[in-house]
Amino acid sequence: MTKETLIRILPFQANSASGSRSVIVFCGLCVLLPALCFISFGVGAVKITPFEVLAILFQKQGSFDSQQETLLFAIRLPRVLLGVLVGAGLAVSGATMQGLFRNPLADPGLIGISTGCALSAAVWIVFGETVSFKLAPLLKTFSLSLVAFPGGLLATLIVYRLGQREGRTDVPTMLLAGVAVSALNISLMGILSFISTDAQLRNITFWTLGSLGGATWTMLIVTAPFILIPVIWLPKLARSLNAILLGEAEAEHLGVNTENLKRKCVVLTTMAIGASVASAGMIGFVGLVVPHLLRLLIGADHRVLLPCSALLGASLLLMADLSSRTIVAPAELPVGSITTLIGVPFFLWLLISRKS
Amino acid sequence: MLEVKNITVKAGNKTLLDNASLKTEAGEVVAIVGANGAGKSTLLKAVCGDIKRTQGDVFINNKYLEDWDRCKLARVRAVLPQSSVLSFPFTVFEVALLGRNPHIRGRETKRDCDIAHEALCATEADHLTERFYPTLSGGEQQRTQLARVLAQIWEKPESSERLLLLDEPTSSLDLAHQHATLSLARKFANEGVGVLTVLHDLNLASQYADRVVMLKRGHLICEGSPRKVFNSETIREVFSIDSVVMEHPTLPCPLVIPAVVRNVNNNGNLQLAVGVVS
Repeated sequence: MTKETLIRILPFQANSASGSRSVIVFCGLCVLLPALCFISFGVGAVKITPFEVLAILFQKQGSFDSQQETLLFAIRLPRVLLGVLVGAGLAVSGATMQGLFRNPLADPGLIGISTGCALSAAVWIVFGETVSFKLAPLLKTFSLSLVAFPGGLLATLIVYRLGQREGRTDVPTMLLAGVAVSALNISLMGILSFISTDAQLRNITFWTLGSLGGATWTMLIVTAPFILIPVIWLPKLARSLNAILLGEAEAEHLGVNTENLKRKCVVLTTMAIGASVASAGMIGFVGLVVPHLLRLLIGADHRVLLPCSALLGASLLLMADLSSRTIVAPAELPVGSITTLIGVPFFLWLLISRKS
Repeated sequence: MLEVKNITVKAGNKTLLDNASLKTEAGEVVAIVGANGAGKSTLLKAVCGDIKRTQGDVFINNKYLEDWDRCKLARVRAVLPQSSVLSFPFTVFEVALLGRNPHIRGRETKRDCDIAHEALCATEADHLTERFYPTLSGGEQQRTQLARVLAQIWEKPESSERLLLLDEPTSSLDLAHQHATLSLARKFANEGVGVLTVLHDLNLASQYADRVVMLKRGHLICEGSPRKVFNSETIREVFSIDSVVMEHPTLPCPLVIPAVVRNVNNNGNLQLAVGVVS
């Protein structure tokens, strides 16, 4: 493929130096993610080579054994796909939030979504057992996710209402309200941990640290639309997000309906983050560091930033998950701490190397 | 093309702007002058719809401001803000290209990129194209923003007249660029754009504006050609300083020389300080 064809695929005129760098980064990420997927399919107690994975996927009999097939379909495939979805959802939401709040330090957790999810999950862990035995077994498996999602939604709704001033969304007020509501959620979780039993406390802690271990096909099917819709839709708002970086009034003067844009962004990010946290727990740092890192590489244009964030977010989470289940195998480390462990040094290295 | 009828803006029980009316025709440069806090920016913001008017109407091309479709309006009217904070690493070219936003369907064309580049050349910011906006000096940033705003209304649309609103476009520019910027506004006006600008420097207003509007504490004091409104009495009334107004030695416009008599030292000696008006 020539450079010209590549440039035509991109959603913008890549005729500048930063443009061709975007092409390289985008293509690099397009190669990295599938590669990581194949590695993730193969690594574990039972090894599956990439060729065997392909053979299983295309049902070429004879080149793999049935144990590998079962393992791939029942465990590894849903786990990897969930990782891709959650990573992409968190990173795209993070990039959107940072653009919307015109603050490179904004985090998806900032408007209360993740802590809201976490609080309602904690409430369920501590008090839910008394009612859960009445539920159908299938519902029981997903009860935590089902409870967590509306919790996040409710928290965001409160924050959004608090941020309204004379029918308009006041971004700084919303940001502060988000910080306050998150703090409240965390303190309530503290109280819950205090009154919980040891087993419940362990549950809460593991859930707040995040894990892809619970991935099943049913969970994947339930989660996928909530994350795929934002991941596909948000890049379509990229041009307006670029304009709003100049300021809200400036964006209005450029023909952007900012009120509509803010509403769409809040709803879509809430969907993505709520679904991510509900299915994989709280996974920090992906939403903050991925967009930040990409901005250092390819600039601030959301039209490239958002798709690249999705790819890099997914890749980072897969790498983290790979390490989390190989370092202390057969046990697993919490993936949330791994994302931070991988992300921070790389991020700091970028910051320092950029300074010099 | 722009008609402002009896607008009043109140914040709480404080009246920021009281019953002001003005017009800007296509091809005309109108300057708003006045002391700090006189309501210049408030007037401009009320005209572009950033702040709510308590009463009064704004018409652009004979159409009520609120009836305009956002995107169609953006194709004929551009607004340069007083200051713009942008902490994200956009290049200067990307910022200028943002001005083409209302014209772009899908992805920008070669023409949009050319216009952004031409606009940057016009504001003498073309050597900065690949620089990151947050790393620029205040004046360079202002010229980049001006290029963005000019790119927005670079071409004459089929049906409508264009309007350019500038809020202190020269505030952080050096002398040469102050004049370059207003010459550019003048050039756009000559091509049929209506230009309404807030200015601090009376002599810039005198040189480049067709008409001047003087504001004092939210009231419109007087309006007319620079020759008509710039005289010692009105300047004393609006700015509370004494001045000498004479014919410009080389240009056909009045020249305002502030002559502020101040008691500066303790010896009781009067010192005459001649300087730029606030």
